Amino acid sequence: MKVLVPVKRVVDANVKVRVKADQTGVELANVKMSMNPFDEIAVEEAVRLKEKGIATEIVVVSIGEAKSTETLRTALAMGADRGILVKSDEAVEPLGVAKLLAKIVGEEQPQVVLLGKQAIDDDSNQTGQMLAALLGWSQGTFASKVEQAGDKLNVTREVDGGLETVALSLPAVVTTDLRLNEPRYASLPNIMKAKSKPIAEKSPADYGVEVAPRLKTLKVSEPPKRQAGIKVGSVDELIGKLKEVGAIA
Amino acid sequence: MSVLVLAEHDNNTLKDATLAAVTAAGKLGGDVHVLVAGQGVSGAAQAAAAVAGVAKVLVADDAAYANQLAENLAPLLVELMAGYDALVAPATSNGKNVAPRVAALLDVAQVSDIIAVDSADTFQRPIYAGNAIATVQSTDAKKVITVRTTAFAKAAATGGSAAVENVAAKGDAGLSSFVGAELSKSDRPELTSAKVIVSGGRALGSADAFKTIIEPLADKLGAAVGASRAAVDAGYMPNDYQVGQTGKIVAPELYIAAGISGAIQHLAGMKDSKVIVAINKDEEAPIFQVADFGLVGDLFQIVPEMTSKL
Repeated sequence: MKVLVPVKRVVDANVKVRVKADQTGVELANVKMSMNPFDEIAVEEAVRLKEKGIATEIVVVSIGEAKSTETLRTALAMGADRGILVKSDEAVEPLGVAKLLAKIVGEEQPQVVLLGKQAIDDDSNQTGQMLAALLGWSQGTFASKVEQAGDKLNVTREVDGGLETVALSLPAVVTTDLRLNEPRYASLPNIMKAKSKPIAEKSPADYGVEVAPRLKTLKVSEPPKRQAGIKVGSVDELIGKLKEVGAIA
Repeated sequence: MSVLVLAEHDNNTLKDATLAAVTAAGKLGGDVHVLVAGQGVSGAAQAAAAVAGVAKVLVADDAAYANQLAENLAPLLVELMAGYDALVAPATSNGKNVAPRVAALLDVAQVSDIIAVDSADTFQRPIYAGNAIATVQSTDAKKVITVRTTAFAKAAATGGSAAVENVAAKGDAGLSSFVGAELSKSDRPELTSAKVIVSGGRALGSADAFKTIIEPLADKLGAAVGASRAAVDAGYMPNDYQVGQTGKIVAPELYIAAGISGAIQHLAGMKDSKVIVAINKDEEAPIFQVADFGLVGDLFQIVPEMTSKL
């Protein structure tokens, strides 16, 4: 089966982001960018499906500015076969991304779309569910295990009370959670090989999709700062303080 | 203006997450109705009808909704939304699964995980794991919103007397089916609604240490047990105990962090707790920067001492 993996270029997870002084957003100049970690897990899962002989081809898609090509190259170095860049200098909201992906699914006809449960920049957690809705497909969100079972896909999901398993009819959309796998590092030969793998460049207009934002960001501000308190010297002092502030009876 | 709240429930009882969502819905203005969709939900429906501020409870009782499958719930919600201006769901794993599916079918850009309602179309939500707060205005005619439940007070569970109305089920979409669940069984309070949480980190070193060190203190305090991502990844505790940006977001009255260094992603999940206690042998650990009371030392001595002295 063919697997489609959408990937997003985001501020690296280890960067401490700073809000811009004019409150229009966060500082992105000269900040290290990486593939969204949940998407990296999705690429890894797709590559494992290919290694098991279940997936036949892995197509990666990124929607964003020209530099998203780097993110696609990372995915190609991990083992994806080819890439599609949908170039947009403006940020595209999850609904717009889902609409573009639905068109790409129409052209590529994958059996499974594997993607991260959320991007660590806007933390929306929407794209996979929206794509499944637009396609009328089944959805397995927050996956910690994906197994083929006949003509179905069994997806174990991380839910509030523990784990839950659903059987999905194919085609399906699966969004990845942290514990699905540990993504590999691309080897140097694979990084070199990835440079010659094809990346098609498209624009939202090529797909006839309107991606103008529906949400207006009025401002972006610092979260309220929490003041560090005091160090106590003993358990007795700690218990005393907790009683003083009424935290324990 | 009328708002539909998607109830979080286990068929018999209503979860506290619903109460927070009702409060957020009330801030939008207009009537607040609650949809209880499930199988054999009369208990949860009655509880919803008693919640203060709820004008009407819609009940969709059908096998198709027994396990809250998004593929089955979304068509029902889309149909019901013809009569509402906004859908409000708690940002639980269930709400997060279903709401975007509804939003896309309504052609609405969802506003996820809001922490404040500024007006009927303007909301605050954390981005970058809570390192920034975005104020966003929705330009869509209908709103689809998920609510960070710790950011809103719980509506009173009693005092209301809403009308209960049955709505027709839309049947099984035939796309997915429920296979089974492995839910953690515990007599302790639920992590996201507990008043006190005792959390352990990688410094515990084993699943056994959680049992012998963390759990006795939690039992003494009537607290829920939490864990850092490092402790969960190390296999000391199951995933649903994880507190942090990618786990549970909590805001108890008292949060005790033992052997947790305080990675950004953990802090994002607990920094709104009222009182934070940090116990760590490394006095430079970032957790001390958010703790009201810090105690530098060996958790294997301090925590049992605390348990015995309380």
